[in-house]
Amino acid sequence: MNKLPLIIKREYLAKVRNKSFVIMTFLSPILMVGMILLIAYLTQLNDNEKRIIAVLNESDFFSNEFVTSQATSYVNFRDISLEQAKDSTMNMGYYGLIFLPNEVNLELVAKRSFFYSKEAPSSIVLDKLETIITGRLRQERLRELGLSTKEYAEMDRTYDINIATFDGLQNVKGINEIKAVIGGAFGYLIMMFIIIYGGFVMRSVIEEKTSRIIEVIISSVKPFHLMMGKIIGTSLAGITQFGIWIISGGILLFIGLAIFDIDPASLTKGGMSPGMANNSSVDVDAVTQNIQLYAQEIFEIPIFAMLAFFIIYFVLGYLIYSSIYAAIGAAVDNETDTQQFIFPVILPLMLAIYVGFFSVFSNPNGPIAVAFSLFPLTSPIVMLMRLPWGIGDGGVPVWQLVSSILILIATFIGIVWIAAKIYRVGILMYGKKPSYKELFKWLKYSS
Amino acid sequence: MNNILVTTEVTKQFGNHTALKNVSLEIPKNSIYGLLGPNGAGKTTLIRIINQITYPDKGQVYFNGEPLKSEHIAQIGYLPEERGLYKSMKVGEQALYLAQLKGLSKAEAKRRLTYWFEKLEIGDWWNKKIQELSKGMAQKIQFVVTVLHEPKLLIFDEPFSGFDPINANLIKEQILSLKDNGTSIIFSTHRMESVEELCEYIALIHRSEKILDGKLSDIKKAYKNNIFRIGMEIDDPVSLLLEMKDKFQVMDDLFDPKERQLDCTIQLPSNQSSGLLQFLGERGNVNGFMETIPSANDIFIKAVKDKGIVHE
Repeated sequence: MNKLPLIIKREYLAKVRNKSFVIMTFLSPILMVGMILLIAYLTQLNDNEKRIIAVLNESDFFSNEFVTSQATSYVNFRDISLEQAKDSTMNMGYYGLIFLPNEVNLELVAKRSFFYSKEAPSSIVLDKLETIITGRLRQERLRELGLSTKEYAEMDRTYDINIATFDGLQNVKGINEIKAVIGGAFGYLIMMFIIIYGGFVMRSVIEEKTSRIIEVIISSVKPFHLMMGKIIGTSLAGITQFGIWIISGGILLFIGLAIFDIDPASLTKGGMSPGMANNSSVDVDAVTQNIQLYAQEIFEIPIFAMLAFFIIYFVLGYLIYSSIYAAIGAAVDNETDTQQFIFPVILPLMLAIYVGFFSVFSNPNGPIAVAFSLFPLTSPIVMLMRLPWGIGDGGVPVWQLVSSILILIATFIGIVWIAAKIYRVGILMYGKKPSYKELFKWLKYSS
Repeated sequence: MNNILVTTEVTKQFGNHTALKNVSLEIPKNSIYGLLGPNGAGKTTLIRIINQITYPDKGQVYFNGEPLKSEHIAQIGYLPEERGLYKSMKVGEQALYLAQLKGLSKAEAKRRLTYWFEKLEIGDWWNKKIQELSKGMAQKIQFVVTVLHEPKLLIFDEPFSGFDPINANLIKEQILSLKDNGTSIIFSTHRMESVEELCEYIALIHRSEKILDGKLSDIKKAYKNNIFRIGMEIDDPVSLLLEMKDKFQVMDDLFDPKERQLDCTIQLPSNQSSGLLQFLGERGNVNGFMETIPSANDIFIKAVKDKGIVHE
């Protein structure tokens, strides 16, 4: 009779009924969404703060350069002395005063200009003022070299390089970043899942050891079944939790954004450089063309293949790591003793993520990316980061994908075999923490 | 087939350490069998082999005449020395789970649990978590889940260690009634005096080897050493003691001149005790005369000595 389903059921129920697990499941999305909303709200609040800056322009070189924008508006003072202007600025509660003296040339004006404020001014404000004055300076210098204002405007237009593959397919810039985000998300998901739920498996093994129920159980079932039941049951609980997180997090975020009336775009705006934001003089045709290209590129990311491979790599990777976690749990008596063994387990995971971010994204088919996507302890993460660039032609060569999975399967069998050996010896051992040498000796014990 | 369990030349190694060496045992049906020996002798390893938690390197185990198979797990109940329950699981759920692991259907397990819970008057614990129960209460649950699947063979490793005296007694009674209903029972312990009165058969294990086994009464007969305890009511115990020391080998003595009582232990050269009794009868009033039967502990020590195994 197969007792595996019974064990899986118990492990699953034991996990999902656990109070801290339930609290974490329902609290995490609330906390996460709350944090996102808070950040968005604060960012918006910050943006909404309107700064009024007084301008006292005595020079002939500035007229309408100080244009009121969303966050800053300018008030022009005329025909008053600097002292009066300062007093007025203070009395009116303005943010500060920019003073441009009357000088013979712009260079001198710029040199003698001052910004007065009550407290140390924010760097954003200074940047803005400097940009205005620098722009004016550059324009003036170029004019002296014989460039008309119109020519100057022409000159300032930025340029985006066109990119295409050898097949002549046109690409859009930034699609690599999107691919990196998708690949990174998959890789990161696997790492988090392994670390969180591998840890659960380990603690569950330790709990069985410390509560001394283990021998009662394995007089009824094979240790291997118990170990696999534990791993599968815990991972099902994990998938349940992740599912709840994603769904409830999505709903909460949606509701929250609606309630607080936050523009979702404001969440990403922070990452954009001011240069990109200013550079809005692109014509509409180019925009629609780009959107089509983006859509096409995203469409060409093998989503279904990626999901299929995500499941394969996820299952194999998780099984490998959680059997190692189970073996660690079996080898020790309490959680404090696990540190020494956990570090070497987390190391390849961290390595995979770093290699992914620093090497795979810049060169998805480079030698380092290939090596780490074949090495079984890193391949579940690194290969998934490579996959958004496609399979075959231009993407991951098929032979690499196949051999990576084959190596992973072979490793899975090997690791589970070793882990099961350590597990079955370890669960009945109490007392001192074993050394690596002793663990190696356990492998040689006959069952 | 009169044996529930037979082992032949069972040997087990752990690395360089030999845990069991050529251990052959025959455990008769419907009996209480004591597996005795000091800590680390190999008892637990042998029990784990019987429970198929681990497997022998050499030798065979037969259950009810057949080579031991995984199906037999359902016919064995095992209460290990290291025992416990899931702390955060409810009593009823946990008992059902463990019973189902032993192959019972859920409905059947529930029916039997109700019976046992009523019998031990613990019915209202069903929805309690183990961590809410006292240790004694948890022990009762532990016992119930061990016997619930009505095994043919019950194995108790250090059965009464950790049980409080009241529960130990209750468990003892239940075990005896199970035996009356045809169950065979193995007690494994290093505290030999704790099970001596219950066991019909014993085996002594010492340093991975069986040094002695058989029916306890036979063994005791064989290990009788002709020592008699006597008690005399007499006016002058001192002179009688001196006279006896002259004639017999007196091992120890105890007397109180005021009480007119002499107690002593005498080693006779053979089991012919009538000479001694006659001698005493002529001197005064005999109020105690008993051959001392060696305890399992004594037998163990003697057997170890006879085997020429020297303790360091």
